[in-house]
Amino acid sequence: MNTLSTTHSLAELRQTIARLERQNAQAADRRNLPFGLEEIDNHLPGGGLALGCLHEVADTGPGQEHASAAALMVAGILARISGTVIWAADRRDLFAPALAGVGLGHGRILHVAAGNRVLLAMEEGLRHPGLAGVVGEVGRLDLTASRRLQLAAEGSGVVAFALRRSRKSADPALAAPLAAVSRWRIGSLPSAPPVPYAPKVQGLGPMRWRIDLVRCRGAEPASWIVEACDAKGRLRLATNLADRSLAPPVGKRRAG
Amino acid sequence: MHDGRRMVIASADAAAQAMGLRAGMPLAQAQAMRPGLTVIDADTAADAAALRDLAIWCQRYAPLTAADPPDGIRIDSTGADHLHGGEAAMLADLLQRLARNGLAARAALADTPAASWAMARHGPTPATIVPPGGTVPALAPLPVTALRLTTDVSAALDRVGLETIGQLAATPRGPLVRRFGEGLMRRLDHALGHSFEPLEPVPPTSLIRQRLTFAEPLLTGEAFPNIIARLTRAVAAGLERRGEGARRLDLVFERVDGRMQLITIGTARPVRDPPYLAKLLCEWLETVDPGLGVEAMTLWVPLAEPLAGEQLRVLPSETQATDLGPLVDRLSNRFGAARVYRMAPVESDVPERSAERRAPLDPAPGLAWPSTLPRPVRLISPPQRVEALAILPDQAPAFFVWRRHRHRIHRADGPERIFGEWWRRDAEMRAVRDYWAVEDLDGRRFWLYRRGDGIERITGDLSWFLHGLF
Repeated sequence: MNTLSTTHSLAELRQTIARLERQNAQAADRRNLPFGLEEIDNHLPGGGLALGCLHEVADTGPGQEHASAAALMVAGILARISGTVIWAADRRDLFAPALAGVGLGHGRILHVAAGNRVLLAMEEGLRHPGLAGVVGEVGRLDLTASRRLQLAAEGSGVVAFALRRSRKSADPALAAPLAAVSRWRIGSLPSAPPVPYAPKVQGLGPMRWRIDLVRCRGAEPASWIVEACDAKGRLRLATNLADRSLAPPVGKRRAG
Repeated sequence: MHDGRRMVIASADAAAQAMGLRAGMPLAQAQAMRPGLTVIDADTAADAAALRDLAIWCQRYAPLTAADPPDGIRIDSTGADHLHGGEAAMLADLLQRLARNGLAARAALADTPAASWAMARHGPTPATIVPPGGTVPALAPLPVTALRLTTDVSAALDRVGLETIGQLAATPRGPLVRRFGEGLMRRLDHALGHSFEPLEPVPPTSLIRQRLTFAEPLLTGEAFPNIIARLTRAVAAGLERRGEGARRLDLVFERVDGRMQLITIGTARPVRDPPYLAKLLCEWLETVDPGLGVEAMTLWVPLAEPLAGEQLRVLPSETQATDLGPLVDRLSNRFGAARVYRMAPVESDVPERSAERRAPLDPAPGLAWPSTLPRPVRLISPPQRVEALAILPDQAPAFFVWRRHRHRIHRADGPERIFGEWWRRDAEMRAVRDYWAVEDLDGRRFWLYRRGDGIERITGDLSWFLHGLF
């Protein structure tokens, strides 16, 4: 009798949860933003980055402290969504001209110097439908907090990015489980010569990143090598060799 | 003026005082001294009204002022003196402005209202400042009448030979209380700051203000949202009549024990939507401690700006661009108005000056940063000194050392020469920075600059700095 009622109530509970989740999913009216790169878009469920969700982006290696590649990539994504962006941070080292350089103009960003209450600022922003997105530069983020953000994002349909920063490089705290829909790691790679057929010419071409999708709901982990966002926030797959620009991209490989 | 028995002189101006006339002197005696004396009937009601007007005028110095009849004004200048260049400058300015308007006044500033009352009337100079903590020695030589005592108490003190406040304070309290009553000791405690004396400030009549008093003090916060809703509706109606919207709202909770608590909210643009204002206020309710009970609540609008009548949206399909106002208000009330901002371009080549903070809803200036120049995502401020080695002055460095880590430079772009802005600072007269965007062997990119152009020593000492990360 006892076990029966337990299983019964468990089943009931599962049904309720399923119903709640469906409601959430419907309310969010999930949309996707394609990267414009077939290799990445085909890999992601829904053909692009899911909007109305929380995504985690961090740099790899020593760049983790400043998360500058991650910031640039997020800015590039948000540049392709119209509307205002809330950018909450505790440090004031973000330099707006660089964001304008990937297409996210100064008129579209509302900065919040949130001190140690970045998560609160993100949640406030996520309650406001009609924004392009919310970015929070956070160090500490646990499962509960990320679930809160995820629910808030589902409720309003605004995309949220947790930009992880840590003073330590390879901080284990950045690997703790999160309720984020996808988790990305951006690492820098030596870039190609600016003039492919004349490698001796000095100068800098576009930055080259290795993008790792370490976790994604509904997709396998994967990694790609891309060239950093251009002035309109678009990525480009990197060609491996300077003199074979038409060669098929060989950067794609499985990492999991 | 009639004091109950006879006509007496209410006040005498400087010329009359020179003739030996004093306030309180019987009129018959005065007329006997100076035949043909001009006598004007005292109009106490008009005096009180004028004093109140003057108290409101004094709000130019500090927000809390109160008329202190018959002839005083109290200003609670706590935290306001620096706006006028310090305490001494504030008093001097006050007296000067009053003198220009033909008012003879004395002013004093002390730790307690009663002490400043005493110093203003009995102090050595027309403008006296008692330093913090110096109340006791400053008051000691003053006569006991400076404690605002009734005439019979001061006369009785005079009879027992207690003339100054210092003597009074040194006398044991017990016998004094038995003989002269509690009132004397209360006055003394007020003056010396042992007990708190509330100030009843005058609200400027030009402000919109709504007050609700409760039959029973409210002990818990449950009823506050309802009351706030009522207050905001009333205030909004007042604002609408004037065609204004609130930019700031102060909600004062008056507690039974005489203490007041305050919630202040600001809005990014004029608002008079009652539910919205109520919501902003309610977000701060958790900071209010009702204590022994709240007996009245007052909502004022210290700052209002014109707001045109609202256009009703007839068609539901008329969706406008997302209104950021509510979000900006919520964020700035939570984090502080200075912490929510936009960055806008400034016409300056020096990177740290090329962006400035602006209020969130300010119109964007029609400028843009040059899109072709490399700019880092993170600007390190102040720039960090690094050890770097370049083979030739016009070449990129071969490596640099930052945080004890040596970065070998693989590729570089530059230099971008930026000249100092001599019109801002003399030190920048000849200053030159050569900026390089460099990439190390791992592909990380840095923004370095070297002081000086490498030819003339005066342009810089050729030291290298890290200014940003890409």
